Amino acid sequence: MSLLPFFQWAEATSLGTAIRTSPWAFAMIESFHLLALSVIGGAVLIVDLRLLGFGLRKQPIAEVAQNARPWLIGSLTVMLVTGVGLFLSEPTKCYYSTPFAVKMTCLALVIVFTFTVRRRVTMADEGRVQPMWLKLVAFVSLALWFGVGAGGRWIGFSG
Amino acid sequence: MYPLVESAHVLTLCLFLGLAVMLDLRLLGLTLVRVPMSEIKRRLGPWMVGGFAVMVITGAMLFYAIPVRSYQSIWFRIKVVTLVLAGLNALVFHTTIDRRIAEWDRDPVPPRAARRAGATSLVLWAIIVVAGRMIAYNWFDCDKQPQRAIVNAIAGCVVGPR
Repeated sequence: MSLLPFFQWAEATSLGTAIRTSPWAFAMIESFHLLALSVIGGAVLIVDLRLLGFGLRKQPIAEVAQNARPWLIGSLTVMLVTGVGLFLSEPTKCYYSTPFAVKMTCLALVIVFTFTVRRRVTMADEGRVQPMWLKLVAFVSLALWFGVGAGGRWIGFSG
Repeated sequence: MYPLVESAHVLTLCLFLGLAVMLDLRLLGLTLVRVPMSEIKRRLGPWMVGGFAVMVITGAMLFYAIPVRSYQSIWFRIKVVTLVLAGLNALVFHTTIDRRIAEWDRDPVPPRAARRAGATSLVLWAIIVVAGRMIAYNWFDCDKQPQRAIVNAIAGCVVGPR
């Protein structure tokens, strides 16, 4: 089954057309996408660094994760909303873009991973989880987010 | 090469600015309120310094790739001025309220001067990020005349007689 019809439908939406034809809309939406990136970067890193044994080492993992969560969810929401806007402005380009496919795959994986495995591990009693597993969780999270970020940046560079 | 440097510049944003945002939010009393401010500075400081170094190096490389266009870009000029202001804000913070950190280290909501520094930092960095992204757009470029006089003045365009 080809997903092309979905991308063609997205291309034809009035919102997509409006963003595409406006000289400012894409840049404005992109700016908010970047601002949310700064926040989500901090909210993710502060927890993953802690899992790796760096950063706020003297604080319990659960406390760091709990404090970061509202900022993670808030910035992720802004990223998703603005991301849809950016996507709607050029769906056909995205359809043929390998970086876009990489980004969406990593994004789906990291969202599921963050709100299942990573959430459980950060909330668990610290003594009950081996440090190696904490580090592995942080590594997977960072690797997937890197795929999202690098893929995203590369959509703009490729044809 | 340019895309690689650019990507490094943008992704390091997460490291440097991401942690700076968390620190500013702590100054505002909006996150990690049970963690002493001195602890946040000590533990996150080295990562922020490292991230900042990468940002400066990659940023200088991006500038060096298109120096004339950058120099005459209204966005680049806004970015540099705002960077200086952010530096001044940090300097003021470190030389005033941060000197007396022992008095408010454990306060969930730091004193007004510290909150002001955090809020100012967030606003200035938001401007820096947006202005930086806008350098890529050519709406106000000098070779796209006619531009408004104010644009030409701020961007330092050399406009011939029309």
